[in-house]
Amino acid sequence: MSTATQPASQLVMPAKHYLNDNYGIRSWLLTKDHKRIAVLYLFSITFFFFVGGLFAAMIRLELLTPAGDLFTSDTYNKLFTMHGINMIFFFLIPSVPAVLGNFLVPLMIGAKDLAFPKINLLSWYIFIVGALFSLATMVTGGVDTGWTFYTPLSSGFVKTHVILMAVGILTAGFSSIFTGLNFIVTVHRMRAPGLTWGRLPLFIWANYAASLIMILGTPVLAITLILLALERGFHIGIFDPKLGGDPVLFQHMFWFYSHPAVYIMILPGMGVISEIVTCFSRKRVFGYSFVAFSSIAIAVFGFVVWAHHMFVAGISTYSAMVFSLLSFAVAIPSAVKVFNWTATMYKGSVSFETPMLYAFGFIGLFTIGGLTGLFLASLGLDIHIHDTYFVIAHFHYVMVGGMVMAYLGGLHFWWPKITGRMYPEGWAKLAALITFIGFNLTFFPQFILGYMGMPRRYHAYPEEFQVLNVLSTAGASILAVGFILPLIYFLYSMRFGEIAGPNPWQATGLEWETSSPPPTHNFEETPIVTEEPYHYGADREVTVVP
Amino acid sequence: MSHNLATTEEHHPALAHQFDTMDQQREASTFGMWVFLLTEIMMFGGLFTAYLIYRHKYYTAFVGGSSSIDVTWGFANTLVLIGSSLTMAMAVWAAQNGKRRQQMIYLALTMILGVAFLGVKAKEYYEKYDECHIPGQVIGKGFNATGGCDAGDPKKGNIADDLESRNVPPAAAAQIARQTEIFFSFYFAMTGLHATHMLIGLGVLAWLFLRAKRGEFGPEYYTPVENVGLYWHFVDIVWIYLFPLLYLISRNGHEIFS
Amino acid sequence: MESTMEHAHPSRKLYLLIFFALVVGTCVTYLVAKIDLGIWNPVIALAIACIKAILVILFFMHIRYSSKLTILTVCAGFFWLLIMITLSLTDYLTRL
Repeated sequence: MSTATQPASQLVMPAKHYLNDNYGIRSWLLTKDHKRIAVLYLFSITFFFFVGGLFAAMIRLELLTPAGDLFTSDTYNKLFTMHGINMIFFFLIPSVPAVLGNFLVPLMIGAKDLAFPKINLLSWYIFIVGALFSLATMVTGGVDTGWTFYTPLSSGFVKTHVILMAVGILTAGFSSIFTGLNFIVTVHRMRAPGLTWGRLPLFIWANYAASLIMILGTPVLAITLILLALERGFHIGIFDPKLGGDPVLFQHMFWFYSHPAVYIMILPGMGVISEIVTCFSRKRVFGYSFVAFSSIAIAVFGFVVWAHHMFVAGISTYSAMVFSLLSFAVAIPSAVKVFNWTATMYKGSVSFETPMLYAFGFIGLFTIGGLTGLFLASLGLDIHIHDTYFVIAHFHYVMVGGMVMAYLGGLHFWWPKITGRMYPEGWAKLAALITFIGFNLTFFPQFILGYMGMPRRYHAYPEEFQVLNVLSTAGASILAVGFILPLIYFLYSMRFGEIAGPNPWQATGLEWETSSPPPTHNFEETPIVTEEPYHYGADREVTVVP
Repeated sequence: MSHNLATTEEHHPALAHQFDTMDQQREASTFGMWVFLLTEIMMFGGLFTAYLIYRHKYYTAFVGGSSSIDVTWGFANTLVLIGSSLTMAMAVWAAQNGKRRQQMIYLALTMILGVAFLGVKAKEYYEKYDECHIPGQVIGKGFNATGGCDAGDPKKGNIADDLESRNVPPAAAAQIARQTEIFFSFYFAMTGLHATHMLIGLGVLAWLFLRAKRGEFGPEYYTPVENVGLYWHFVDIVWIYLFPLLYLISRNGHEIFS
Repeated sequence: MESTMEHAHPSRKLYLLIFFALVVGTCVTYLVAKIDLGIWNPVIALAIACIKAILVILFFMHIRYSSKLTILTVCAGFFWLLIMITLSLTDYLTRL
């Protein structure tokens, strides 16, 4: 066990690791190895990211001109619906948990695999089945109700394939439930000796909290979509006012899941940021317990704010006041995290590798997105900005400026661990910069547009909004470049990238104490944990596994 | 390349590679089943929430609907399901104690009781079909609770009539009878979801029966039986709530709308 | 990793006792429903249902003999259900 890193020229790929342990399509499609399953997810969700991106491109093209001249309004409705559905259910929700979580959770806790490897594989297959339903819907005409499926539009009026899509989404939901179930049991029951809850990496805390939301919220979406399908299929009146139903009930049930869903999306990203910030500041996370518990707080609070999506839907004013107050409260734990990350960097030794660039992007953009959420949570203000581009800008700031950046940062950070090779740093930095610029140019104008009153989901708009829309579309084209570049250089690096070695970042964490890529069984010997997490310091020994 | 810490423990054939000991495996699997049941609580919970809201909104319609389903069968079915929970618990006991024949007997009894339950439900569903109480106009004979179900028998499925005999004025009775469609939507959705879970449970029990027959379960390894038991008891608990909520809404025959 | 707790389990006699308690509960529910107690009818019916559910959870599902984690899990489930029902009702019960 040497106490210094080996020079780069001496780094070699381990002879046997999880990628070359077994060859052939069957060894991949029937794998029970969590790392291979993570890679399967990586390819699947990348595909859907670009499908969703294609729809976004078409939306932005239409919005270049005030007239609705590129697509009919029905087609435009389908574009934004499919954009939303693909991005949310088939990209964002699985992203960090199914790719990075699946790969890293067992490694970070010193386990050989997740608690239920077969269920993990089943979860991927269920995702694929759901995705196939979604693709089938797309090629047979799509859905045009918006990703929110409000009734009675979706249950009685439209002629598009609502039921097919609903089945696809609810199937993908079960995939999410199984992933969450696996993580919860694994973290409770399979930690290495010495790894107490207080020594867990914050990435684990974040994914654990997201998993709680997955298992408690997604089933409600399932039953809501089932009821929607029943109503649409059999013309019964559960949500249709013509038949005695209450359309607001659909919204209650839908948002009971879909609001916590946004925390399913963002929490794992926050976990990634915690890991990156501490590593590239060479300093332990400031206020570890606060950050850890804030993840749980977000998960719990996230369940009691859902009706802030319904302030103008006809709910009682008293109830709206309660939800507004709670929505202000849910911002607090997120703010706690931002303060703690900043405090971690203070007096740290900060370096600017690509993962850290994405982390900086996240912290700034998520803060803006989060603050604008408070605007929306404020009852009086929401009356004016609900259903405008302000909302769109808000959630894209947190989801793209926040979550996608976190996902990319995490991919870059753990890429050497997953593939054994480094990505080209120069290109990566360039892509990060392009993404940041493109993102802001795309979405900042949308805050202004929304504030000025441009409604969402409209393909034609008044002349005076054109300049901002053109800026936004220009930004989108730049953002597209920022997203395509990593696709290219990541693929390139798999074959030609520099060999990374077990710990290219000199980071703490059990995952860095095994080879890159790791062996199928993760560790040669079950590690025993004796130190605090993020024990950065001059006296730290770096273990190199040959 | 042995990485098993507990080198003194014999490697039980059912020990999966990611676990170190049978104890750890058992605890993880059972906890996993409980987490899964948590998801089921929330799924049925969504339905129950919607049910509560509509019961509050359309109370008299719910009374009308509830009085048109046969409470005796509901009561009998509740006893059947509770019985099947007993036999399931006995099956777990038998597995824990390595009694192969008793495992098989109790599992078989549980399945028989489960099938009996579903048989009664099928009969009840048929009755509702016959009385034109299946909601919507797509399956069944088309919903009709105001006497138009059977031309030759104006009393068939006639909830309006029923309500009038409980002193509800005729016009209101007709309207409430039409509103019972929403009660039946929930009746079918809730009992349907429950029955689906029972069907899946029966399938899993059959698989368990085969494994028990092969002698796979004993004191060191009976977790699958325990976990299927947990699932079965959960399905029983759902019915324990469904029975009063669906069958016993104002059953005392007294007048409503005084 | 304690394992002795998990191995404690009820005797067959206890199972039978719980079964009879459940049957009695069901019969009482059925009979009480025939008497007009106004608002108390559903309250009593649901209260008995809760007692029956608790008996099944404690004894048939072995919660009485399970770890704190399992007990916490069950409580979390019912708590979350309560959140969903209560907060939804704050809308419906306060509409003008």
